[in-house]
Amino acid sequence: MTSTQKLPERHSIGQAMKRKEDPRFIRGKGRYLDDIVLPHMLYLALVHSPYPHARIKKINKDAAMAVPGVKAVITGEDLVAAKLGWLPTFHGFDNQMVLAIGKALYQYQEVAGVVATSREAAADGAELVEVEYEPLDPVVDPYQAKLDKIILRDDREAKTNHIYHWEVGEREKTDAAIAKSDVSIKQRILSPRCHPAPLEPCGCVSDMNGATGRLTVYMTSQAPHVHRTAFSLVTGIPEDKIHVISPDVGGGFGNKVPVYPGYVVATVASVILGVPVKWVESRTENLTTTGFARDYHMDVEIGATKAGKVTALKVTTTADHGAFDAAADPRKYPAGMFGIVTGSYDFPTAFAEVDAYFTNKAPGGIAYRCSFRVTEASYAIERAMDILAQKLGVDPVQLRRQNFVKKEQFPYPSPLGFVYDSGDYEATTKKALDMIGYDALRKEQAEKRKRGELMGIGVSTFTEIVGAGPGKHFDILGIKMFDSAEIRIHPTGSGIVRAGTRHQGQGHETTWAQIVAEELGLDPQELLVEEGDTDTAPYGLGTYASRSTPVAGGALALAARKIRDKARKIAAHLMEASEDDVEWKDYKFSLKGVPGKSVTMKEVAFAAYTNPAPDTEPGLEATYYYDPPNLTFPNGTYVAVVDVDADTGVVKVRRFLAVDDCGVVINPMIVEGQIHGGLAEGFAIAFMQEIKYDEGGNNLNTDFTEYLIPTAQETPHWETGSTVTPSPHHPIGAKGVGESPNVGSPQAFVNAVIDALSPYGVTHIDMPLTREKVWNAIHGAAPKA
Amino acid sequence: MKINVTVNGTAYERDVEPRMLLAYFLRESLGLTGTHVGCDTSHCGCCVVLLDGDRAVKSCNMFAVQADGHAITTVEGLEQAGKLHPLQQAFWDQHGLQCGYCTPGMLMTCVAFLKHNPKPSEAEIREGIAGNLCRCTGYQNIVKAVQQAATADEMVAAS
Repeated sequence: MTSTQKLPERHSIGQAMKRKEDPRFIRGKGRYLDDIVLPHMLYLALVHSPYPHARIKKINKDAAMAVPGVKAVITGEDLVAAKLGWLPTFHGFDNQMVLAIGKALYQYQEVAGVVATSREAAADGAELVEVEYEPLDPVVDPYQAKLDKIILRDDREAKTNHIYHWEVGEREKTDAAIAKSDVSIKQRILSPRCHPAPLEPCGCVSDMNGATGRLTVYMTSQAPHVHRTAFSLVTGIPEDKIHVISPDVGGGFGNKVPVYPGYVVATVASVILGVPVKWVESRTENLTTTGFARDYHMDVEIGATKAGKVTALKVTTTADHGAFDAAADPRKYPAGMFGIVTGSYDFPTAFAEVDAYFTNKAPGGIAYRCSFRVTEASYAIERAMDILAQKLGVDPVQLRRQNFVKKEQFPYPSPLGFVYDSGDYEATTKKALDMIGYDALRKEQAEKRKRGELMGIGVSTFTEIVGAGPGKHFDILGIKMFDSAEIRIHPTGSGIVRAGTRHQGQGHETTWAQIVAEELGLDPQELLVEEGDTDTAPYGLGTYASRSTPVAGGALALAARKIRDKARKIAAHLMEASEDDVEWKDYKFSLKGVPGKSVTMKEVAFAAYTNPAPDTEPGLEATYYYDPPNLTFPNGTYVAVVDVDADTGVVKVRRFLAVDDCGVVINPMIVEGQIHGGLAEGFAIAFMQEIKYDEGGNNLNTDFTEYLIPTAQETPHWETGSTVTPSPHHPIGAKGVGESPNVGSPQAFVNAVIDALSPYGVTHIDMPLTREKVWNAIHGAAPKA
Repeated sequence: MKINVTVNGTAYERDVEPRMLLAYFLRESLGLTGTHVGCDTSHCGCCVVLLDGDRAVKSCNMFAVQADGHAITTVEGLEQAGKLHPLQQAFWDQHGLQCGYCTPGMLMTCVAFLKHNPKPSEAEIREGIAGNLCRCTGYQNIVKAVQQAATADEMVAAS
């Protein structure tokens, strides 16, 4: 090839291809859970406890049963009799009541289920279930729970509210390093309890066929295969007799990973009554009972030299898990990947520990648009680095750059046990600073400060850890966290692609086709992608923790390469050549040294069915189960610019820039869309979202009047940029991106506001940064002279 | 109660419970499941439909009996003779949707909005769609889609 010849364009990867799933959605022809109506289907409504902690003395079903249309009322005792009273949680350390048994442990806990011929009759019946409660004192604060004065879980052998202690790193060495450091900071940082609140709530239609003994469950599921296995383990129904179908999912963000009581009660009702039963939760049920996120109270300490080189990091965390330990973390990682808390910085030593407690709050601890506990960790270190910069009196960007893990240090073994795959933090940061005009902004800020105006610039230079994960470390219910792909190429060169993942808006129907098209030189428009049906898709662990592209994306590429290997044999046969003389070049098979002699994958596909090589199995399909050798480490530099009104506490986000390095990009349009959406969620978490309980254990954020979702009006305009450092171990070099903006952005917003308020001596405010909190921070402390 | 409504150009006479919400009437009595329910408190806007052609209403906040004698347009009524409405086309072109759950309500709000304000500024668009929540897109591409649709030939001609 001479230098004047143009290199071939990438065939499909890297193209901003319009989404293949959109034509049905823009026509209102998506098929979401509540759109499913089966003949003779009944409806389930749940009865909830008004008390956060109460003994259940008696449940009277009579009035509910008398409502026309009501077919059954199911209580916790009924489920115990059916041996379905308790459900194992995903990492296997706890059991969760399906319906309250003996005690209700949080406000809104499910106490009974009413099944009826219509949604309205079920709701009427639920109103009339009479439950006699004896209220007990609740434990709302995890620091109170620690004292073990009231034991919540009398069902457990250990009479304590303490669930587990987890630690990683070198405690003594870290303590010693901080003690002898020139400068140190210590701050309690709360990552508040919040909720993913996808617009489509959770639900299911359970359909037990008495004749075949087969259970079909349509459910809002991010992980249909895991749910099939969980259903089998819990009910004892053989796994071949369970069919889980996750139809179009209206957003997940982690909320649709766990198994909820509604799924189980609907299934039991279908078994008892022999007809399909639908359960769809209300928004209030969604916010008050299904998986919350975060609730980590983190004491963060950093030691540093006078010159600003960090020497040690220590993080001691109290985790509020609510009434059950229902966190959907891998078994060996009860605190998830919290060990990423050293972030993008080269700490010589570090130590992190987490102690988790039961409280009278809803269970959960799911990862709201992040890999397991990564948002908490990233927030802690990025906030703490700013506090250290403030103490040292240096620019927070300068402090970060001084301490970055350097490009040449990759693969980088972190002091808390991970091996970061790749990155160039300095290059990404430089790009972000240039794009936003950092120096000019600092100059503007200095001038404004002289006039008493409050302008802030906040930076986050985060590193994520996603793509769980290598089977040697990660499992759910004992199942290794691989993922899978199956590709079938039809005789005419189109095909069907199935994966063990389940998208909820991420665009897999487009990007999976692009990966396969790139590997096989086929048309992505002619590759149909299907997910979510356990009868047809290969077994996979599902879509969450930014694992789809890092894990299933690898499986897709490698399954396609298996097809290419077989296709090469057929191509050799078609060209009457030895396989060794056939090369894959410019997306077709060519004969080495014979210009113009080539066959396309389409021609090979036809031959695979009509004229395969004599010693070759007919057909053209492959399956690959991919166990990734390592996690991936997407990273980025985000900059927020805010103006704060000192009189009202109103924060205006003037600019927000996200420069992301997620490795090789499959579809830049989709990646940018993921970043926009994640930033909006990070913005919400930083400024408005919290699930709060009062001292009496009452949930104060039970619908969208109290749990706020930002509208287009207050949501900032997003600016984006990218750098590309391919993952060296991933088959196509991709790292995953869906969660980076949510992991990386809250601290940029908060750092910007604190920066604006720093003339008042403010060093930290816990999220959400409401106007009230900002105003109090300004007016509670006298400005420095 | 007996009601007469025209939905997407088709006249229906139906007996409904007085407490039945318009959203469930459309979804369950007529099988038009493009209209979604997301919050129960009229905040999310997934259920927006058009009343008498140009008024965006939240159908979870209106009883079916209140639609008696009126014309309703749902997302299923946007495409005409096999041609997408310029807003549908623009949402697709500009990646203005991800999970698709808010999309029907968002589209219907935008249809009404552009009828009332055919040449909106970005700030006006953001205000105009503030009654519709989206958890996926961060709104920016929805704004771009509305801008694209506003300049589509048919929309310009219609205004």
